[in-house]
Amino acid sequence: MSRINSPAELEAFRKGILSKRDPNKPCITLCSGSACHATGSGEVALSLEAELEKQGLSEQVEIRKTGCHGYCERGPITIIRPEDISYFQVQPEDVPEIISETVKGKKVIDRLLYTDPETKENIVQESEIPFYKHQERLVFGSNGSIDPKSIDDYLAIGGYSALQKALYDMTPEGVVAEVKKSNLRGRGGGGFPTGRKWEGSRNDPDPIKYVIVNADEGDPGAYMDRSLLEGNPHSVLEGLTLGAYAIGSHEGYIYVRQEYPLAVENVLLAIKTAEEYGFLGKNILGSGFDFKVIVHQGAGAFVCGESTALMTALEGRVGEPRPKYIRSNIKGLWEKPSVLNNVETWANVPLIINKGADWFTQYGTEGSKGTKIFSLVGKIVNTGLVEVPMGMPLRDIIFKIGGGIPGGKAFKAVQTGGPSGGCIPEELLDLQVGFDELAQAGSMMGSGGMIVMDEDTCMVDVARYFIAFLTDESCGKCAPCREGLRQMLKILTRITEGKGKEEDITTLKDLAETAKEAALCALGKTAPNPFLSTLRFFEDEYEAHIKDKRCPALSCKALIAYHIDPAKCKACMICARKCPADAIDGGKNKIHMIDQDKCTKCGTCYEVCPPRFGAVQKISGEPLPDPIPEEERIIRKKKKK
Amino acid sequence: MSEILLQIDGKEVSAKEGMTLLEAARGAGISIPTLCHHEKLEPYGGCRLCIVEVEDRGRTKFVVSCVYPAEGNLVVRTRSEKIDRIRKTLLELFLAHAPDAFELQDLAKEYGADKNRFEKESSFCIHCGLCVRYCAEVKQKFAVGFVSRGTKKEISFIPEIAAKECWDCKECFPLCPTEALQAAFVLTQALSPSLMAESKK
Repeated sequence: MSRINSPAELEAFRKGILSKRDPNKPCITLCSGSACHATGSGEVALSLEAELEKQGLSEQVEIRKTGCHGYCERGPITIIRPEDISYFQVQPEDVPEIISETVKGKKVIDRLLYTDPETKENIVQESEIPFYKHQERLVFGSNGSIDPKSIDDYLAIGGYSALQKALYDMTPEGVVAEVKKSNLRGRGGGGFPTGRKWEGSRNDPDPIKYVIVNADEGDPGAYMDRSLLEGNPHSVLEGLTLGAYAIGSHEGYIYVRQEYPLAVENVLLAIKTAEEYGFLGKNILGSGFDFKVIVHQGAGAFVCGESTALMTALEGRVGEPRPKYIRSNIKGLWEKPSVLNNVETWANVPLIINKGADWFTQYGTEGSKGTKIFSLVGKIVNTGLVEVPMGMPLRDIIFKIGGGIPGGKAFKAVQTGGPSGGCIPEELLDLQVGFDELAQAGSMMGSGGMIVMDEDTCMVDVARYFIAFLTDESCGKCAPCREGLRQMLKILTRITEGKGKEEDITTLKDLAETAKEAALCALGKTAPNPFLSTLRFFEDEYEAHIKDKRCPALSCKALIAYHIDPAKCKACMICARKCPADAIDGGKNKIHMIDQDKCTKCGTCYEVCPPRFGAVQKISGEPLPDPIPEEERIIRKKKKK
Repeated sequence: MSEILLQIDGKEVSAKEGMTLLEAARGAGISIPTLCHHEKLEPYGGCRLCIVEVEDRGRTKFVVSCVYPAEGNLVVRTRSEKIDRIRKTLLELFLAHAPDAFELQDLAKEYGADKNRFEKESSFCIHCGLCVRYCAEVKQKFAVGFVSRGTKKEISFIPEIAAKECWDCKECFPLCPTEALQAAFVLTQALSPSLMAESKK
């Protein structure tokens, strides 16, 4: 491949790619993102290849291994084009039928289709499925149609045209102005206006500047940056190059977690091919602009997602935040002006440059423009990645797209913004998602984690869990975070164990204030949020734990006991056989009883007791009922009449 | 160097460009407590005890004075109800590690800190990093460093370097705000494997 040296050459090359592609040629796209990989898309790919070979169709049918489609709950996802027939949870044994029936015979296989849970109707097209129908997939949409390992696929959908436009039709200042006008705000956590950040670096007289991709996504349950980098690495590279051109940088870094092997692989390949094609390196597209990109693999510290810690780590030192009060866009990496943006932020940039700020600002709210990708996980029917316009009510995301709570349980709260975000309760579900709206509710946008919790979730335990995560990930440099979190975790753990004291809430509030005001970096300053937001909306649960030694969600092991209701027990032996601790006494025709000394509270008996009996109960905050006399435990069958 | 005028605790204070708030305040005889600060060392911002309130163009924020640059027209308050409460909490957190350190006890008296508020974990070390930074920045020997991360972080001498450098130096010992003997103990531990095995029992 020789380098492309001008806009004309790029357009000719793009036309060449498109002319070789027959839109009517059958193409099987298979989601090969990390989540689908885990559900077996690798094996499906192998059997697709083997089966096409066997049926002599290798030449006539294309297989395209794409990035993540988002609907991870139903993976692996296969779409048969040009008809766009979508099959879910495809397994290798389905493959021969897919090829002979659908690809050859143009017939739809009903059992592999998505069935609407309400109407019970099968849906053929992906875009008609409720999960997708309410989304606005501006950034994430291309993931499902291109092979991330193929630069030609990216070019075929108009890739690198924004770069061409910027280099030839716009000044660097013009690019900054357009991004500023779009009101794009950082998708990584803080929501800082991207254009303003760029402008600061642009205006700095230092000739050496850097642009950096923050791909150190580490929030539990969040994988949108991973999926973007795996599924559409060129969009991130193009955004980064646009940023470099805008601020006058010639060197960029991608700080990506080493735990994301596929993202690393795909982005390295993307850089290599982009260099070969002339989208990176010296004299990009013949414009005279030079820019190179280096990939740096993080060594697994959550705190390195914090901008100054990330830069310190890039410099080869221990990844700890810097104490100084100077913005990184003025003095960042190696003390040079450095623009650090998150993966999703960079991926938005080519769209804004291509289609203009006015197009972009039609999506979203006053303060938050565009779309946001959320990772919708937890107690939700449709787990996956969703991209919605800013301003969509949380209720719509959770119930329309997410399909609500499984198992007929009630919604309790949604935790947004990663570990240092907050929990939003039922009464605020009509809140429109946006940076400022979430902050006002005591949570934050963060990078877009959304963990849904049902009625069985104990909010004190949730706070304890996230504080434990943050304690583990604290770098240990400043006292309010290192020592404050250590003590917060001790106190919260004690409360969930029923050893809470009257003064604990005041102490926790003091520690929270100290961390919020005095901690060195954003990790420490926001670390008390899991406590503060659960206290704000679920104070009664704290009080129940501390005063009544009761866990209202019946979740904290130390505060619950399992009990078999003698009136309901049918002496069926199921629980007794399954109990791993041998804690259930009873026999055929003898009402079962739990030996509380032996019980480990694993909950097995509760789960296995047939629902029509419902004899096993969880209780908290009240004494166990007295055991019934031994002679009354015998069930006499003749009484049945 | 240009002169900067700012207000600290209601007093007009002049400072030089490049100075921190802490330097400006101390230059004017206003005391701010610190544990990790040392004139010869780069500001570290670890103990956060020197937190102050800054009013800048009508907005109030809390910053640590050992790192925050002195700027013209700033209005700084070194004590307030909230600052004192934060300092008290910080001291109580440190006292959980070193309840008998004199320096901490003096500060505890001033801020009303209760050394028994938090469950004790007598490690003595409060991670001010003075020994580590002094050895690196002033002596340039790197004989003592931090190992591990977060709540598991601790100071440790590097036996190979310490064996050569430390016995004749020991300049870091008196810097320790909690217990000079702590450094001595960690050093001995590093240098005598048999003792180390013993202490782990």
